Amino acid sequence: MKICVLVKEVPDAAVEKRIDPSTGRMDRSGEKNLNPYDTHAIEAAMQLKEGGALQIDEVVAVTMGPETAVRALHKAVSLGADRSLHLSDDALAGSDVAATGYALAKALEKEQPDIVLLGQQSDDGECYTIGAVVADHLRAPSLTQVIKLDVVDGGLRCERQAEYGYDTVQVGLPAVISVGDAINEPRYPSLKAIMGAKKKPLEKAAAGDVGIDTSLVGADGSRVQCGEFKAPPAKSAGTIIEDEDTDATVEQIVAWLDERKLI
Amino acid sequence: MGGILVYVLHYEGALNKNSLGAVSEAAKLAGELGTTADAIVVGGADLTPELLGTLGDYGASKVYKVEGPEGLAQPVIDAMDKVIGENGHSYVIFGGGLLGFEIGAGLAARRQAGVTMEVTGVVVEGGKLVAERPILGDSQISRSHYQGDLGIIIGRINAFEVKGGQGGAAEIVDTAVEFSPWSTQASMVQRGEQRGADVNIEDANVLVAGGRGLGKAEGFQLCEDLAGVLGGAVAATRAVVDAGWYPYAAQIGQTGKSVAPKLYLAAGISGAIQHKVGMQASENIVAINKDANAPIFEFSDLGIVGDLNKILPKLTEAVKAKKGG
Ligand SMILES: Cc1cc2nc3c(=O)[nH]c(=O)nc-3n(C[C@H](O)[C@H](O)[C@H](O)COP(=O)(O)OP(=O)(O)OC[C@H]3O[C@@H](n4cnc5c(N)ncnc54)[C@H](O)[C@@H]3O)c2cc1C
Repeated sequence: MKICVLVKEVPDAAVEKRIDPSTGRMDRSGEKNLNPYDTHAIEAAMQLKEGGALQIDEVVAVTMGPETAVRALHKAVSLGADRSLHLSDDALAGSDVAATGYALAKALEKEQPDIVLLGQQSDDGECYTIGAVVADHLRAPSLTQVIKLDVVDGGLRCERQAEYGYDTVQVGLPAVISVGDAINEPRYPSLKAIMGAKKKPLEKAAAGDVGIDTSLVGADGSRVQCGEFKAPPAKSAGTIIEDEDTDATVEQIVAWLDERKLI
Repeated sequence: MGGILVYVLHYEGALNKNSLGAVSEAAKLAGELGTTADAIVVGGADLTPELLGTLGDYGASKVYKVEGPEGLAQPVIDAMDKVIGENGHSYVIFGGGLLGFEIGAGLAARRQAGVTMEVTGVVVEGGKLVAERPILGDSQISRSHYQGDLGIIIGRINAFEVKGGQGGAAEIVDTAVEFSPWSTQASMVQRGEQRGADVNIEDANVLVAGGRGLGKAEGFQLCEDLAGVLGGAVAATRAVVDAGWYPYAAQIGQTGKSVAPKLYLAAGISGAIQHKVGMQASENIVAINKDANAPIFEFSDLGIVGDLNKILPKLTEAVKAKKGG
């Protein structure tokens, strides 16, 4: 069996995110890293492989993005993926969620995985729905925000929190599952794995190689046009206290609460 | 111009409040567009005609009732796909939560539609809907224009106000749907709640909320002590509920409760959007976090940059002393 893990390169959390005023898109220059949520998906794949309840022959990391996105793939491979696939094409730039999900699904169709795993959200786009888009294109059952994943009856028994509490859902394969960050504690890559990552097979694919209809992707193919950014209603900044002397800090907090009759 | 279709989620015979907000919003927008707002429900016997009829009160004209499994997104995608295909709706609105995101995104794939999530406002411009969504940690608002035949809007929880008294009983349209083979590949084994004690936090005037910064389950004792002297209750983030440190019934946020106490004191909570949406209506927000860049400081009235392990015990003592004196 094969697991594909969808990964993404995102701006480092420490770098301030901004919109590039000339393009109206997220400024994705600057320091980049593997989306931290994706490490949980890779770890989940490794645990399925090592667990042995399913015979997993291969874990493949898949990304869509510019040249630089190979770094996310190297990181994914250092965390245990066997090889990677990089979907990269100028025609894909500016794709919205629906277009991105379509393009990724086309790349996945080529791989024919039994399980597709992804992280709960991307650190930059603040979206947690790409799995649902991919699943509909692949005609596979799907669940997001899964925090417990067990192999039961040849399928996956998934637990996740939805709006009324914890649901347990049995999903047949092939399936598309996004995992929450509570599912596991991702391992750290060994130095050897980091050094060896660049030697593992990395395949590049352009839109045409995987049969993407380019009229459905990119800024022009997207059905949502975002832009006209504006500032949200201003909220007056709160008071900030740096705790240096805790007794004094606590005194200030108590006075603040007392002033507002909260004690 | 086709109508607006709203998915209404339900659980144990009660309609979801955020879904009712979405119906109210759709009815308002439909009025401005000169069209109608309809609702769709998928479920079993607890969807009685009486219950569904009440959707008219929030402004729904028709309610498409589909018999099918509850709590799973894909059967609803099949159902909405069929209803939209037969009735030509131009927009779909969800009230948020979790299923709405999954259904909305899957439906966008199915019908080649545009989708915007985390929407906090919708306006009519030139006879079309424009969705407004905060981005970049709520520091900016981006406006979405839709192209094509269908626009999908997934609201943030609590973004749309619930407005009753808008009309009589809605017309119920029984609709048979043949589910896709992959939709039936997922089945609910157990649905809802579990994980811990029944605590009541919704009526509390003061909430002391704890997050991953508490370090371990026992860390919640610090919150309980402070809540005790303040006469309040303890709340939690999803991170600590998922970790089994605190009961789900105390969770605030997108897939937990929404609260608006007089005082919300957050300790060791980063202030993720999904948490913020459940507590931002609180009158006074106090945050204790050791990271000066934590997003929670962007929306707190009083922020303390420091170690909760040092501050909380002393704060409890000081409040106790204040009350005694
Ligand atoms: C679809 C979806 C739905 C979600 N629904 C919810 C929801 O309903 N509710 C919810 O809460 N979340 C929800 N989340 C999760 C949310 O995105 C965050 O992951 C979660 O809120 C983080 O919880 P936290 O603040 O406890 O942990 P973290 O984000 O890990 O923050 C811990 C904070 O503690 C601070 N800290 C650490 N040690 C100390 C110390 N000694 N003293 C002081 N500060 C310290 C750190 O600086 C950090 O800021 C959802 C996510 C998704 C994708």
